[in-house]
Amino acid sequence: MSLKQTPLYPMHLKYNGKLIDFGGWELPVQYEGMGIIKEHHLVRESAGLFDVSHMGEVFIQGENAEAFVQNLICNDVKTIQDGQVLYSPMCYPDGGVVDDLLVYRYNRNKYLLVINAANVEKDFAWMTENLMAGVTADNVSAQYAQLALQGPQAQEILQKLSAVDLGSIKFFWFNPAVKISGVECIVSRTGYTGEDGFEIYVNPDKACFIWEEIMAAGGDMVAPVGLGARDSLRFEAKLPLYGQEIDKDISPLEAGLGFFVKLNTDDFIGKSALVQQKEAGLKRKLVEFSMIGKGIPRSHYEVYKDGQAIGHVTTGMHAPTFKKPIGLALINYEHSTPGTEIEIIIRNKAIPALVGQGIFYLKKTKSK
Amino acid sequence: MNFPEKLLYTKDHEWISVTGEKGHIGISDYAQTHLGDIVYIELPEMDMEATQGEAIGVIESVKAVASFLCPVGGTIVEVNEELEESPELLNQDPYENWIAVIELSDQKDLDKLMNAQTYAEYCQNLEETEG
Repeated sequence: MSLKQTPLYPMHLKYNGKLIDFGGWELPVQYEGMGIIKEHHLVRESAGLFDVSHMGEVFIQGENAEAFVQNLICNDVKTIQDGQVLYSPMCYPDGGVVDDLLVYRYNRNKYLLVINAANVEKDFAWMTENLMAGVTADNVSAQYAQLALQGPQAQEILQKLSAVDLGSIKFFWFNPAVKISGVECIVSRTGYTGEDGFEIYVNPDKACFIWEEIMAAGGDMVAPVGLGARDSLRFEAKLPLYGQEIDKDISPLEAGLGFFVKLNTDDFIGKSALVQQKEAGLKRKLVEFSMIGKGIPRSHYEVYKDGQAIGHVTTGMHAPTFKKPIGLALINYEHSTPGTEIEIIIRNKAIPALVGQGIFYLKKTKSK
Repeated sequence: MNFPEKLLYTKDHEWISVTGEKGHIGISDYAQTHLGDIVYIELPEMDMEATQGEAIGVIESVKAVASFLCPVGGTIVEVNEELEESPELLNQDPYENWIAVIELSDQKDLDKLMNAQTYAEYCQNLEETEG
């Protein structure tokens, strides 16, 4: 079976991306001459350019579009205005997570939902299954390529290519018709790195052109960045990854996403289960931890305390910005207080670690 | 990619530089390139006895965990502790920055290893099949 390629594949060849199989897509984990750590630092210090075309896009339209989206997601879509973006988990009736997504509100009858690459078919089937009268759902993933330009220099670089004042697009807002080098794009001030930056949705035929325009405009300030650094950047900013921090067996409350779950307003799929979970008290919780002993915690490593298995690592790694290993773990609630000593099982040895708080990277995204 | 002439290599990308009864051992340029940024190493234990091919250490990059296999049978008589503080030295120069020194138990183990040219061809084949 051959791998799928995004419209930016020629760029990965041109810039010597080290291509891997990423959930059926042929995408670069890093680029030659750089590597994960250099790419990571570049995004934190300057700017990095990502191909995120594998993500999915679904248009929800119709007179009941708002009611449909409100029912589908945990967050409150009525809190955003036209041109604004909302982050939300989307749950099953039992409170487990279907996916996390971004909701772009054009107006109360038109929304763009941006969903994880790994879940496009599943999410779209879920939306179709839960559709209501007066709403249409269109999977337009193939009609959009997506680039992300992330880092403190992102705006300065992108501004060279547009007459639109990009400073007017605030954090978690978008403009559906920004001309970048004469090509109309949807541009949002969103991202998955913890830095300021933009996500750019464009016609697949123009994707390589826009990529090269950004590379030229950025010069030394920008370089292509692969999936390896994408993961280390989002992890340092404590942003969840579906399949690790959230999945069908983890509720958004357990994953620390309670801020994005509005239990005091309209009904939504999974609400009653989450209300019950909250009232009964969480049995598990996602905690931050740092290592006391030597070793690197990684996804799915077991967590022990006093000889008992108490959970598992959701994501862990050597964090490039902090130059030391840190992790997130889903563990039994009674051990989740900062200061609790736990053990990470690394190659059959119990390595001591410490539950903490404020270990992770303070996001530098601009609100104003 | 670099394949120093005087070294012998394993199919798992370790190298050995033999002087009499002892050899310096490490990982090849191919290994460090494919691992990516190395962030952690578990060095072999001092005085441990190992057989050819036995896992005696661990090298971790940002994305991967790899076993360091002993290129020949013998006893570990020295380890490069500098690598614990600075594992990235293995990326910078994998030949200069040896991992350990082993006292060989059987010189014949060397016959099972590849010379630079054979190893270079072996790596070339791997690159072609891996794409």
